[in-house]
Amino acid sequence: MQYEVDKLGFYGKYGGAFIPELLHSNVEELEDNYLKIINSDSFQKEFRALLRDYVGRPSPLYFAKRLSEKYNTKIYLKREDLNHTGAHKINNTIGQILLAKRLGKTRIIAETGAGQHGVATATVCALMDLQCVVYMGEIDIARQAPNVSKMKMLGAEVRPAKSGSKTLKDATNEAIRDWINNPKDTYYLIGSVVGPHPYPDMVALFQSVISEEIKKQLIDKENRDYPDRIIACIGGGSNAAGAYYHYLDDEKVDLVSVEAAGLGINSGESAATSVLGSDGVIHGSMTKLMQDKDGQIIEPYSISAGLDYPGIGPLHAHLIESGRSKVLNATDEEAIKAGLLLTRLEGIIPALESAHALAALEKIDFKPEEVTVVNLSGRGDKDMKAYLVSAGKHIKF
Amino acid sequence: MGKERINNLFNENKKEILSIYLTTGYPEIDSMPVLAEKLAEAGVDFLELGMPYSDPLADGETIQYSSSIALKNGIDFDQYFNQAKAVRQKVVIPLLFMGYFNQVLRIGIDTFLDKCVDSGIDGLIIPDMPPEVYKNKYKPIFDKYDLGLSFLITPTTSDERIKMLDELSSGFVYVVSTSSTTGKTNGFSDSQIDYFKRINKLNLNNPMVIGFGISDKQTFRIANKYSDGAIIGSAFIKALKGSKDIERTAMEFAQNILK
Ligand SMILES: Cc1ncc(COP(=O)(O)O)c(C=O)c1O
Repeated sequence: MQYEVDKLGFYGKYGGAFIPELLHSNVEELEDNYLKIINSDSFQKEFRALLRDYVGRPSPLYFAKRLSEKYNTKIYLKREDLNHTGAHKINNTIGQILLAKRLGKTRIIAETGAGQHGVATATVCALMDLQCVVYMGEIDIARQAPNVSKMKMLGAEVRPAKSGSKTLKDATNEAIRDWINNPKDTYYLIGSVVGPHPYPDMVALFQSVISEEIKKQLIDKENRDYPDRIIACIGGGSNAAGAYYHYLDDEKVDLVSVEAAGLGINSGESAATSVLGSDGVIHGSMTKLMQDKDGQIIEPYSISAGLDYPGIGPLHAHLIESGRSKVLNATDEEAIKAGLLLTRLEGIIPALESAHALAALEKIDFKPEEVTVVNLSGRGDKDMKAYLVSAGKHIKF
Repeated sequence: MGKERINNLFNENKKEILSIYLTTGYPEIDSMPVLAEKLAEAGVDFLELGMPYSDPLADGETIQYSSSIALKNGIDFDQYFNQAKAVRQKVVIPLLFMGYFNQVLRIGIDTFLDKCVDSGIDGLIIPDMPPEVYKNKYKPIFDKYDLGLSFLITPTTSDERIKMLDELSSGFVYVVSTSSTTGKTNGFSDSQIDYFKRINKLNLNNPMVIGFGISDKQTFRIANKYSDGAIIGSAFIKALKGSKDIERTAMEFAQNILK
């Protein structure tokens, strides 16, 4: 595979493990064991069973008839929103919790922005009876109260990240520092295809179930196992990595990644990393990130807390650099409108993150016979407040 | 002078060596040069000048805090170099920069190293630059400059890896006393002492300097007993916090450790 990670953990020039020596043994333990464990029969059996019976997989591939009519083409939605806990995040947390157990870890830490990954982590910790600490930016704790309550109800401790800008990147820093200070019993359960090698590869593997299913489901529906195009939003890029995975080397399939433009690319309030960013190191990985002239990391902005991250996973940096994937972006307003449109056409309220992927439909020239899959990464329950405030400007509730 | 200045210091066979870490731009944007001068005057043997970073993964709360204040004060790369230059004109002891790899990458490794030399910097500590990548990719660039480069060793580093890190280091190796971010511990446990002894037995090429968790005269003494020197960071930054006369605080802090 052309887009597979190499021995040192690089995708082309991106990736690697740019970590302080303090983390070396933690990361080495993972690196030495992850493939062996993941590829073992017992792991696969347990992982597959939980995805089926607990998460509710396979998630449907739904032909969105009215949406297709609107754009005069064939649009399918991969319904990750129907997973337990409401997003694709659970595919990854199930995989990593099984790995953590096999490594003999007793304490789980995670970072979260919107709280989706935090909830998915707290959920699998409850399931496996493991101690759970979730780091969350102080500002996000205030913005995402319902998810904070869910995590607490599930038995997790939510620790406010008070450093830096008090959002996702700082929660990630705090989680990494916790891991440094607790090298023996603690497993760091990262939420996207970011962080030092082997995390990006591992998370992509767990999420790859998405494209594995798309392949099978398309045969039934379209008599072929590939679409012409896959559209997914990218924060760190895990739902996109999962939706692309089995098509990475299949150049017939266009890969379209949608970034959050916030108030507009040049507004100073944006999270469009591939446009505004440059090469550098964030959270242990060489990738594209938003930084100033001195290499200080810039705090991004998006209405969608899940896309509000100043970097992207190294796989995506490589896909973009090599031209394999194409990046579009959507502003807050475009995403809100796209979310509303889906709600009214199909009766599905999407997560604001997924609404960014839907907003890209406006920016593509479709042919009627083309098959497009939009990865509907999550449901909109958590975003009702934002929808009510912003969508209220366009329609009456 | 570069790494030769560091080598000369360790060749003097002093009984105890004290290094102090200070955050450039803290507490005021232009505090560092005056503090450095006072510390040198008090007898500190070398200085670690921190380049504040927005996302300092290896630092504990105290140094994170000082870095965020320094960044709010408006500290930037030009000033790191200009202030280092000002210090170099006043003091003769070795000066090291400590910063994160992304900062170095951003201005360009060659440019960065060139400016370090130009500013009178003698060595570097870049805690998140992976030794494997350094060896395969960046070493030829670093080799063009005569700067010391100290890799970190931790309690979980294997003997084999310690030897590799020693091979790649110059000036000294930085022995992290604990598996913990800076500013976390107080006093040394038996297992930490065993760890220092284990490194001593490896007969490294470079002098070893212990850092993290050294906060007072006692921990400074013990660290020097098992190594060639000790670095104090968080405890010094803490002393500055809330001080009304930072020059005097710096002087007294160093004198207290060295008396
Ligand atoms: C529904 C949903 N989609 C997408 C994302 C973005 O993450 P990623 O880019 O890793 O898929 C999030 C993150 O919280 C999310 O909750």
